[in-house]
Amino acid sequence: MTVPTRRPTPATPAGSLPSGSFGAFVSAARAAGRLVVQPRMGMSDPRAMRAGLAATRAADATTVGTITIDSYTRVGDQAAARRALAEGVPLNGYPLVTYDTAVTRSVLDGIQDHTFPVQVRHGSAAPQDIVAALLLAGLDATEGGPVSYCLPYGRTPLTASVENWARTCELLARTRDHGAEPHLETFGGCMMGQLCPPSLLVALSVLEALFFAQHGLRSVSLSYAQQTDPAQDEEALHALRRLADVLLPDVDRHIVVYTYMGVYPRTPDGARLLLEESARLAVRTGAARLIVKTAAEAHRIPTVRENAEALEAAARAAEAEAASGRVPEVDGSGRVSEVDASGRVSEVDASARAFGPVPDTGIHAEASALVQAVLEISPDLGRALPLAFERGYLDVPFCLHPDNAQRTRSYLDTDGRLRWSAIGSMPLGGIVELAHEPRLTSSGLLGALRHVEQRFDAAALDPSPAHRPLDDGHRPPTRVALSEEGR
Amino acid sequence: MKVGTPVTPVQTPITEVRSAPGLKVIVSSVASDAHTWNLVFLQLLLEELGHRVANLGACVPDELLVEECRRQRPDLVVISSVNGHGANDGRRVIRELRGHPETAAIPVVIGGKLGIDGAESTDHAGLLEAGFDAVFEEGAGLASFGSFLRSIPAGVTT
Repeated sequence: MTVPTRRPTPATPAGSLPSGSFGAFVSAARAAGRLVVQPRMGMSDPRAMRAGLAATRAADATTVGTITIDSYTRVGDQAAARRALAEGVPLNGYPLVTYDTAVTRSVLDGIQDHTFPVQVRHGSAAPQDIVAALLLAGLDATEGGPVSYCLPYGRTPLTASVENWARTCELLARTRDHGAEPHLETFGGCMMGQLCPPSLLVALSVLEALFFAQHGLRSVSLSYAQQTDPAQDEEALHALRRLADVLLPDVDRHIVVYTYMGVYPRTPDGARLLLEESARLAVRTGAARLIVKTAAEAHRIPTVRENAEALEAAARAAEAEAASGRVPEVDGSGRVSEVDASGRVSEVDASARAFGPVPDTGIHAEASALVQAVLEISPDLGRALPLAFERGYLDVPFCLHPDNAQRTRSYLDTDGRLRWSAIGSMPLGGIVELAHEPRLTSSGLLGALRHVEQRFDAAALDPSPAHRPLDDGHRPPTRVALSEEGR
Repeated sequence: MKVGTPVTPVQTPITEVRSAPGLKVIVSSVASDAHTWNLVFLQLLLEELGHRVANLGACVPDELLVEECRRQRPDLVVISSVNGHGANDGRRVIRELRGHPETAAIPVVIGGKLGIDGAESTDHAGLLEAGFDAVFEEGAGLASFGSFLRSIPAGVTT
């Protein structure tokens, strides 16, 4: 199995990053103009996990591998994970802490190398054991954050999560003494999966990356999850880049886009259209990596084959977008080379480019105000983040965690853009124009949660322009798959 | 994070599933499940139907659910899970609830996406046998949940 054309050789990318590190691999791919695509994938059976990684590596795309941890390991219930394995109950991920290091090494052996880095994805507010286990297995890339893996996912107090994440970062950073360059990705740009206004996603992603840097990491990625409107997402991703450039100048960094994380289209064609839209968004905004979703997403945990198909579909959409000439080339200095139709190259400042084709609706201003308010509490983010939530300067809509103030609300406007209807104590007065939102009902919530699903399923079932999502590549679906829809 | 649709959308008008008002309902996830949109939705729905809801949120340990049931004496406990561990976690927590004299008689239902292989493969009979009063897997819809709600009298356990 050789896929040399899709695999960049990370020789001497991005200055001093050691070859084989996650950051170096992504930098090399980016320099070669290839979007790195990555699945979500975790199986309890080591053989199945290995087969999944092998299929990811073999996919006709520039890929990195994923080991997603099961929910028992995520919440630290090793006893339940052990019992499930003993009783043959299938888990929804790979129980990394329960298996011996030798088992995990045998899963990775001959698959993970400098041309195929593997990231561990977990969702834990207390990831020390998980990180210790992944380091023992020879891995050094993972993701999360003190806020994003605490507030939406459980009941761990935020102060405890911050402490746990500080220890975790230090554990990872210590491997730098041995010549490694560990990589940590923020999950802050994905809070709640859906219905969180982009400015708060951008602010949280930046704040978590700053937290990682303050605790010794030198290679980070900043996440942002595709939301409901392509122009709003594009504006948000430019805002994310601008803030990261200013606040993390000396850190290796890239932006990672997540394909829509909310309720997913139920038709295979609707799912594919949404995936392709996210790949185009990533390329258009200079993101280096994309976490994909599959056509099975609405129904169940996807198979390895479905994951490989999604990776390849995303890669093809990214290549088509890159070839379309609409894509700015961003170099390390933040300068953007724009190639116009006649092939002329002109250089503009990246931040100026941010206000090019996408109108500025204030996402950068909102995100800046949020980040600034937190940094003004204390430059030490370990101190500032819990206080910011306590005071309501950061307040995530619809988040039930006891440490979240729960005084903010968001809604989908009639144009399908995410907006604030209540800002609570967040320092956004004078920046956000508050609209009067009708009282939220259960069916209203369901409608908002299903907005994207319905838009893309409608596009798949009726490819007339009236139903086609914006900028969908103008390719009518090859088939209508009613049999797959619903159950 | 995977976000699943908790149940199929409302097919019947709200008035048709309106039950006797004023049930005290605890809405809860299971210990390993971090999803919350299903819980936010169920809270709004139950409140619209005139019930009072205490939403325990995500990743509720068995002990916390038992403790809250002993403290609050709800008329109904609605457990919702979509991460694929719901059937496994549910069997464990219902044994706990049925094992305590104070919580043994409280109606408890479970719903969502309960296994990792889709609704057809979940052992509903096993869940009912373990002590649940009803199981609403994705696809069952809200109509059956609505008729179940109508069958619950308020205030029996208080």
